[in-house]
Amino acid sequence: MRRHPIGPLDYNRRLWIRLTLIATFVFLYAPILTLIAFSFNDSRRNIVWRGFTLKYYEKAWNNESMIEAFTNSLTIAFISTIVSIILGAMVAVLLWRFRFPFKASYEGASALPIVIPEICMGVAMLAFFARIGWPSGMPYPFNLSQITIAHISFSFPFVAVVVRARLASFNRELEEAAKDLGASEWQTFRDVLIPYMRPGLVAGGLLAFTLSLDDFVITFFTSGPDTVTFPVKVYSMVRFSVTPEVNAASAVLIVITVLLTTTALWIQSRMDKK
Amino acid sequence: MRGIRLESWRKNPLVFWIVAIPPTVWLLVFFIIPLTLIWIFSFGEKRGIVDIAITWTFDNYARALDPLYLQIFLKSFWFAGLTTLVCLAAGFPLAIAITFSSQRWKGILLLLVILPFWTNLLIRTYALIAVLRTRGFMNFTVEWLWEKANVLLVFVGLGEYHLLGQQYQPFELLYNNFAVVFGLVYVHLPFMVLPLYAALDRMDRSYLEASLDLGAGQARTFVSVMVPLALPGIISGVIITFIPALGSFLTPDLLGGTDSQMIANVIERQFKSANDWPFGAALSFILMYITFFALAVRALTSRGKSAMEAA
Repeated sequence: MRRHPIGPLDYNRRLWIRLTLIATFVFLYAPILTLIAFSFNDSRRNIVWRGFTLKYYEKAWNNESMIEAFTNSLTIAFISTIVSIILGAMVAVLLWRFRFPFKASYEGASALPIVIPEICMGVAMLAFFARIGWPSGMPYPFNLSQITIAHISFSFPFVAVVVRARLASFNRELEEAAKDLGASEWQTFRDVLIPYMRPGLVAGGLLAFTLSLDDFVITFFTSGPDTVTFPVKVYSMVRFSVTPEVNAASAVLIVITVLLTTTALWIQSRMDKK
Repeated sequence: MRGIRLESWRKNPLVFWIVAIPPTVWLLVFFIIPLTLIWIFSFGEKRGIVDIAITWTFDNYARALDPLYLQIFLKSFWFAGLTTLVCLAAGFPLAIAITFSSQRWKGILLLLVILPFWTNLLIRTYALIAVLRTRGFMNFTVEWLWEKANVLLVFVGLGEYHLLGQQYQPFELLYNNFAVVFGLVYVHLPFMVLPLYAALDRMDRSYLEASLDLGAGQARTFVSVMVPLALPGIISGVIITFIPALGSFLTPDLLGGTDSQMIANVIERQFKSANDWPFGAALSFILMYITFFALAVRALTSRGKSAMEAA
């Protein structure tokens, strides 16, 4: 194919735009990629390449407190996701279907956890649990209840946004048809609305899972000495030094979140096309 | 809008209450009440280690105006503002490149912008430490260049003068203000690119063509056509970059030095080590009021825009 001369609007074919594009992506990705690459490096000093090894993955795997933190993170993310999907879907249906007094204020209040600074929410949860005397030192998994509750509070509004976006394209005649044909309110909900919402529920759920797995600031304020999540554990390790075990564990978490995010985005893009 | 008539809640109260009660109760108990508690604490006085007497005093807010804390607020504004500016300068070409790409590349580039955004913030900050520290990749690269340059100098016969110094002096890139702004830009760039892209993508390209056809250069077209058309996106991007940057805790905590603390670090200290909850609560609410103010500005500008479109 013959190359056309660069047209006035072919901005993305201009050299300086391409250079900024490349520079920005190097800036965004080089640190993460070197982190992953050097988790395979056979050297403590971590800066010169001394050959491929998996020993830091093995070390991380055998580090009991790290595995415990990882298990805690996954447990919290799992419970928080399920509750967030249910609550988020309820908010979405409520705002999508009904007219009610003070609806605008309700909408604003339910979006508040998305917009307020994390640190404010963190200290609020800390003060709340301390003041009401929430029991601590319960057996697993109830010892994680404080963190899980905080995670649900900031996750379900995100789920609500995603599900509501999905519901916006729902053809209400389908619901009316189901009711005309004798379906009850519950049957309509179960057999018509839920199947339609499903891609939104899945995408919102994956979003909630990633948010929970990633959160540091709010967890930092709601976790105790024996309820450490993975980010909190990494934080305490990073404060002392940069070690290959942390690299290895981080690489695993990066791969998990990248997979989840791409899946969520893929589901959402398919949802838009339909 | 297709003019959908929403159902009144009175028509179907049972369904309404079933979907309304659980999330509302949750929001109330595990979000609104904790915030209200902090709000009440901010008017309290510290009595002993855990006791807080609610005296409805404004002392905590007055204390935030103390030069020591005022300086930290100003510093936070300065860091967040600088971050926003750098993100805007770097994000604009990026957003233009994405907008004018082919459909397939658009998706790939957008995904590339979004992915780091979903990678754990702590891990990304940690990755930056490895890049910036004295024995990190940045210094390593510069040292390598330094050695090569010395070899070159020896080669041209200037070796004995030590023009580049006797020994390589590593740059102090970590634990200072530079590292904080670098880290904040690294974390917040996607926040800027996405709204810019959304605005540029909606823009009618015939305006650009018209401007270029009528003899305006690329620079003039950019300043008088593209920027005004993308203005809602620019405002939106600036605000949603500035707000989280202002409230950052992790970046200044891990990358900053002793003099690069931001508001969030002071708040954290009040709750964790200094144990002065009322003062920490007051600082939190000041940060929140700033956030609400910025969001109100954003809402007003976007309302103005839709009113203009309607007219």
